[in-house]
Amino acid sequence: MSEDYARVDALVDELLADHPPADTPERELWGAQYDRGLAWAWHPEGFGGLGLERRHQSRINQRLEDAGASTENRLRNLLGIAMGAGVLDAHASDEQKHRWLRPMFTTEEIWCQLFSEPGAGSDVAGLATRAIRDGEEWVVNGQKVWTTLAHLSKWGMVVTRTDPDAPKHQGLTYFIVDMTSPGVDVRPLHQITGEAEFSEVFFNDVRIPDANRIDAVGAGWRVALTTLMNERVAIGGAGTPRESGYIGQAVQTWRDTGADDPVLRDELLHLWAEAEAARLTSIRANEMASAGIPGPEGSTGKLAWANLNKEITAFTTDLLGLDGTLYPDGYELVRPSGFSQPGPQKGFLRTRANSIEGGTSEIMLNILGERVLGLPGEPRVDKDLPWTEVPRG
Amino acid sequence: MADLPAVSFAPTEEQELIRSTARQYLEDRVGLGRVREIMMSDQGFDRVLWKELADMGWPGLAISEGLGGSGLSPVEMSVLLEEMGRLVTPGPFFASAVLATTAIQELATPEQQGDLLPRMATGDTLGALAIFESARNWDATAPQTMASREGDSWVLRGLKRSVIGGAEADFLLVSAVTNQGMAVFVVGSDASGLTVETEPALDPTRPQARITLDSVGVDGSARLGTGDSADGLRRVISLGTAYLAAEQVGGAERCMEMSVDYAKTRHQFGRPIGSYQSIKHRCANMLMKVEHAKSAARYAARVADHPDELAVAAPLAGAVASEAYVWVAGENIQVHGGIGFTWEHDAHIYLKRAKASSLLLGDARHQRDLLGRAIGI
Repeated sequence: MSEDYARVDALVDELLADHPPADTPERELWGAQYDRGLAWAWHPEGFGGLGLERRHQSRINQRLEDAGASTENRLRNLLGIAMGAGVLDAHASDEQKHRWLRPMFTTEEIWCQLFSEPGAGSDVAGLATRAIRDGEEWVVNGQKVWTTLAHLSKWGMVVTRTDPDAPKHQGLTYFIVDMTSPGVDVRPLHQITGEAEFSEVFFNDVRIPDANRIDAVGAGWRVALTTLMNERVAIGGAGTPRESGYIGQAVQTWRDTGADDPVLRDELLHLWAEAEAARLTSIRANEMASAGIPGPEGSTGKLAWANLNKEITAFTTDLLGLDGTLYPDGYELVRPSGFSQPGPQKGFLRTRANSIEGGTSEIMLNILGERVLGLPGEPRVDKDLPWTEVPRG
Repeated sequence: MADLPAVSFAPTEEQELIRSTARQYLEDRVGLGRVREIMMSDQGFDRVLWKELADMGWPGLAISEGLGGSGLSPVEMSVLLEEMGRLVTPGPFFASAVLATTAIQELATPEQQGDLLPRMATGDTLGALAIFESARNWDATAPQTMASREGDSWVLRGLKRSVIGGAEADFLLVSAVTNQGMAVFVVGSDASGLTVETEPALDPTRPQARITLDSVGVDGSARLGTGDSADGLRRVISLGTAYLAAEQVGGAERCMEMSVDYAKTRHQFGRPIGSYQSIKHRCANMLMKVEHAKSAARYAARVADHPDELAVAAPLAGAVASEAYVWVAGENIQVHGGIGFTWEHDAHIYLKRAKASSLLLGDARHQRDLLGRAIGI
């Protein structure tokens, strides 16, 4: 155990000595980090990892940040580094991993995820995008929606239906699609804030080489589940300071507006207490998971923050009184640049999606109920039907 | 935001042992059957049970080894309290081994501690904290009860209410105003002029008494410590709130388990009721509230030695755990339907414990007020 720490520390020292962060372009540093196995410590050697436990990675990241090295790539290529890498690690061939992992980590190639469709939201396994084999290629037609970073992406993780006559979970196949291929049409999808963080993606006779297939034909659902598990871990994440984010904004607004109403104060303190309890739960979950004793505390974060973010931003808008009826930046139909915390009114609108994106709160409650508490599932009428016979609309 | 104390949530082997020993004893040897017998008895107190707890060393768990205890920390005591909360353990443990013991540790001189704590560690002597006087005033640092100096003695006059464990106690710790600030006095339960009346309690597993002090004379040495005790008493209440939160977490978790177990086996319309989302989601929300309360309560126990942070963490734990327990205990009855509303079913024992506990040291609104003062809101 302590040998592992010593090995990691020595490799970090070596990386920092050979590539002093102050004098090294960030992509070059990220590449060198990958080559030394310090990108995803739990990946096998040669694929950006060292074959160690996951918890070593947070130590590596902390040491790099302390030395002034950027870890911005993890945000810039969020879908790739947090989810795509996990999919490739679990399901891809060595050749595929060699092709994709390094440029993903250096952000030379941005990744996106193409699961949801207009007709397949919570029931994503019911999706309709078709892929038909044509020799060594697949021809894809269909529409995906709510795709983050699609307009900047080189690669997309796409789930398609390859066997419409099989029951819905069994007829799916997973590909990595080149988003610059002919027939891929990415259009901004404006959400209720006016901004377009997401895109709609249309596939018109897009050709994907069979070499870009992940895992077996028909195994797409199992690959998709790996992706979704990684997504929920990323969204539920911990590590934020006390009184930061939306609750910090609420406290700041309370002070700025000079509010002193006892009812509002109690409501603010109620939200503060709930946010702090959720934050402590994330910390406890991380610690228990890295100690190898994961428990139910690790599953509640996504749901808790979705509820809290909605309640807190609604409250902060109330604190503004009639100012809360204004929308300071106006509804410009633009693509936002980067991730920044919106003001209370925009936050009130944006957080409506927190209980929808990455698994609706209803689905999260099902998961807690069934997988954590062991409650019986809902009877599924569509489970064994051929996909073509399942009612849709 | 200043740097917060580093805490570790992972349990030690010793804590795991305390948890498993306590759970096994409470489930096998106490059980809700015995809880019911005790709560329906005249006194709500069972000397046999108390003796069993004392023989296991529980009252002395957090008393130093030099004074006959085990010298463990608030974290270990909280582990034990979570387990005791799961079974709604009846009797004066919280009143004497937690509240009165903590008050003596925080307020008393070494000589006074040497006199009282060894007897409390063995369970031979029981104490109770008598600090509340009016229904919604939980700031116990400005009592109406007066203590006046008469020669070498103090004479106390006043009223105390909601004194849990008051009837069983061998001595009471009574707060009073003196001409030198607020103080807490040790008053023997046989003192002349002292009346202890048991009142019917919402939570019959935790009987409480109303205390009248009609010119009760005590020795000059009966005053705990020296100087004004207001800050010390606030700290006692903070620690008590953190301990109570641990007990609340245990009770809430047990209610959730009862609901989940029932939802798996109870069938209506040909399906287990837990397969319906209205029930499943209710149970999942119980889980979330229990986990949040657990985090807040365990955090508070772990910062007990950091006064500034305890001033935040204790009311945080109190507010979150109180609301969680009352909610989960109430929903537990709803999940059970009609059977959950019967006297025969155990759900009501938890609801009563939950509601009474949420008021004992200050309701959630009061805890949030304290929290707000601590964080500058």
